[in-house]
Parts: sequence; structure tokens; C-alpha cells
Amino acid sequence: MASPGKKANGWTPKQPMVSIKDLHKSFGDLEVLKGVSLEVMKGECICIIGPSGSGKSTLIRCVNALNDIQKGSIKVEGLEVNDPNLDKLELRKKVGMVFQQYNLFPHKTAIENIMMAPITVLKQDKDEVAKHAKSLVRKVRLEGKEDSYPGELSGGQQQRVAIARALAMNPDVMLFDEVTAALDPETVKEVLVTIQELAEEGMTCILVTHEMGFAKEVADHIYFTDRGVIVEHGPPKTFFKKAKDPRTKEFLSQIL
Amino acid sequence: MDVLLPIARQQKAQAMTERLEGTFRLNLQPHHAIWMLLIFVFTVGAAQAQAPRELISPIDALVKWMPFILWGQEGTLNGFALNLMISFFAMLFGTIAGVTLGLMQISLLLPVRKGSWFVTQFFRNSPWLVLLFTIMLLFPFEIELGNMIIPVPDWMKAVIGFALPVMANISEVVRGAVRSLPTGQWESAESLAFSRRQTLWMIILPQCFKRMIPPWINWYCILAMATPLASIMGVEESVSYTAQAMNAEGDRPELLPVFYLFLLLIFFVYTYPIARWSIRLEKKFVVKT
Repeated sequence: MASPGKKANGWTPKQPMVSIKDLHKSFGDLEVLKGVSLEVMKGECICIIGPSGSGKSTLIRCVNALNDIQKGSIKVEGLEVNDPNLDKLELRKKVGMVFQQYNLFPHKTAIENIMMAPITVLKQDKDEVAKHAKSLVRKVRLEGKEDSYPGELSGGQQQRVAIARALAMNPDVMLFDEVTAALDPETVKEVLVTIQELAEEGMTCILVTHEMGFAKEVADHIYFTDRGVIVEHGPPKTFFKKAKDPRTKEFLSQIL
Repeated sequence: MDVLLPIARQQKAQAMTERLEGTFRLNLQPHHAIWMLLIFVFTVGAAQAQAPRELISPIDALVKWMPFILWGQEGTLNGFALNLMISFFAMLFGTIAGVTLGLMQISLLLPVRKGSWFVTQFFRNSPWLVLLFTIMLLFPFEIELGNMIIPVPDWMKAVIGFALPVMANISEVVRGAVRSLPTGQWESAESLAFSRRQTLWMIILPQCFKRMIPPWINWYCILAMATPLASIMGVEESVSYTAQAMNAEGDRPELLPVFYLFLLLIFFVYTYPIARWSIRLEKKFVVKT
């Protein structure tokens, strides 16, 4: 209760929606994040890029407390994630997450996947939820697939169901953890378009991605991580053309 | 070498499921049934030919005693019927206790988890016969409840004796099934703000249910085939009655193979369709998930 600096109600939209300060995270003896700081304003879309094993996914998973952290602070709308008394329910209502492996519930249809959490967790009215779910299905362009089971959908379709499922909770921030990494090249685009539309509508998005083209076009800010630290960051224009750090340059030269 | 690859793959898949469930699989195939029948016919024929002419022939003796071996005297449920009854009740109690124990094994509370783990391992690794002996000798033959005296017949004690190892193995089936789900299911439920209890009951267990049915049936078959162990403790089931029947016919050696092969055949006829059905179910579920 009395953790220092906790002002859950004092947050205003002019302050950063997500603010990470000096974040340290270890798995046993292995330090994965060594003091990461970044800020995301409301409506911003940021991309985190970097080589495998640089801690990108760990970073994003810390934001909705799927991983605990050892040191530092993460605030989501003023809510301190690194607070032992954190109300995880409150945090997860604010933060939606989409995973690389979709992680849909295979025993439920697409529409049931979308409707489940609002009904059980938020105790919302069933008819209202159904209406909202319908509009989300339209938004991710899956009309006609409502009653399909995840096993009957393609990877790209499953991932769009997963996005709709996260959106059904009306989150303020969306986290995307390499959501296109497991997809066929042809279906990558349909998922990216969905995310782009979200970002353009003003959803605050944090993406871990390898899609440089997407980052270039959609991101407001790009962070490059390597070996647990943010090596370089900037808006796409300067980031891709005027990278200073040798590690960033090397990475970009391999990928672009 | 390429010819061996599909077989190797199949063997590996079976080894994986067996490791997951901690039990071997009754992989009964149609040719097993044919072999069973051939052996039975051949043995009966040989015994028949060897039998002295002046005494009742082995087949006639078997036909005469068949009802006795199958259900005992008129109006009783002994013999093979008692084997079935013991297996039903032991499975019922073992499943109820086993599911509870299995859920305790995935509890977040350390003492609950460790305690249930210990109970599971204890009964899973004890020989069935030892458990059966212990229960049958320790358990009172009647229980006093106030003025009421409830008799506990031997077969009911056997039910408890068999239910214990079944419980422990079902507990492992539950734990294994929960473990076998990808962690992504837990994580995505967590990120959607489901509580642990909601996740378990609405997302994890419904998916496990399908996976648990084939090993559950498999354990039932193993249990049904183990029920003759109770004959050692004098429970009046089919093996006891077979011995009694042969005794009544003067313990002639040529009766032995005929009577015991007949017993084997009843158990086979009973478990074979169940085992086949479980294999079919498993194939169906594998495709679905």
C-alpha cells in the first residue's frame, strides 16, 4: 500500500502511459535486462528490435507482469508493476497482450475465445459482449469465421482472433510479442495491416518485431536492444539512416 | 534403413505417451485375438484327446462349471461377476480420490503439493498385492456406527485395496495431462486477467479431459486384469471358483490348461474391446488438438 511514489490515481494522459525506469531482470544468474528505460506516450506505437536473446520479449512480458523483475520500476498509467501489492487484475485490464504462438483456447470457437474474458473476468452483460465481439470480428476481417475452432483457422486468422480477444477487454495498451514470427510470409501482411489500423486509430502499441518495413512505416519510435540494454533509439527516419552505434549498424546491415 | 523409420516413429510416439502417463499401453491388435483363439482351441483339443475315456471330458467339465465360474451359484454375484463388480467400484473410488489428489498436486500451496505428491508416489510405487494384503488384513470385518453394525465383506475390502493404486495412478494422469498443455495457455489466460481458479476450470481442465480419457480407460483395463489377485485373500471371484471347480472334478491335470485358458479368454473378451476403443479415442483426440 505504502510503496513510494505510487500514485495510481494521479496519472494524466499527458504523462507517459508506460514508463520503464532502470529495469533489471535476471533468470537465476543470467542477467537478461541490465537497466532498461523507455517511455511510451498515449497513442504512440513503438517497436523494439534487436538480435535474438537480447531481452526484447522479456522486456515486453515484464510490462504485464508475466515476468517479475528484480530492480527498477515499470508504471502503466501510474500503476507500479513492481509493487508486491500490485492488483494484477487492474493491470491486466489496462494491458492486452498477443503472443507469437497465438495461444488461443483450442476448445472454444473464435467468438467464444473473444467473449470469454469480458464475461468471466469483467462480468459484463452477455449481449453487450456479443455485440462488441461481433464488431471486433469485423474489425479484424474474420466475418464468417466466428464459429470456427482455432484448429480450423490458418495461422494469420488465429493471430487476428488473438488480437480481437485482447481488444475485447478494452485495454489501453497493447503488447505484441513477435506476433508474426510464426506465420507464413503470405499471412504476415494481414496481421500487420490489422495492427497498423489499430495504431492509426490511436491505440498505444508496443511491438517486439523483426518486420523492419513495418517498423519503418508505422512506429513512432524504434528501440534497438542488444545484450540487455537499449543501444540506440529514435524515430524511424533518423534511426534507419543515421544509426551511430556500431552494433545497430551491423544489425541493420544484416537485416535490410 | 528408411523402411524402419515409420516403425521407429511409432515406437517413439508410444514411448512418449507412456512416459507422460507413467504407464504402459495395452496395445491390443486384432491378430492378438486370433492367436488367443488358436491357442485355446489347440489346447482344448489336446487335453480332450489325452483325457481318459471313463471320466467326464475336459470340455464337458468346463461347460458344466461355466456358470459357476462366471457368476457363482444361482442368485449370487460371485465368480467373474464379482471381478467386474470389484473393478467398477475400485475404479469409481479410485477416480474420485485420484482426481482430487491430482488437483492437489498442482496446487500453489507447497505443503499441499508436497503432501499429495508423497501420497501419490507412495501408492504408485507399492506392489498392488502388498497394498491388497495390508488393507484386507488391517481393515475390520465390521464397522460399528452407534448401535448399527455394518459388516464389511471381503470383496469390499478388496475394492479399497485396489482403489488405492488406481487413485495414485489417476492422480499422475491428471497431473501429467495438466503438465502436457503448453504454458502459453496459462500465460494467455493470465494476460486476459483470468484468476488461477478460472484458468484451471474453464481453460486447462476442459482441454485435459479429452487427454485423460484414453489413459483412464487403459488403467481400468489394467485394474480389471489385476482383480484376480483378490483370490489369494479368499475373495470368491473367478480364479477362486475355477480352482474350486477343478477341485470338485478331482484335480485332474488335463483340466488345468482348459480351465485356466478359459479364464484367460473371458478376461481377454472383456478387456479387448475396451482397449481397442481407447486406441480409437486416442487417435481421434490427437487429430483434434
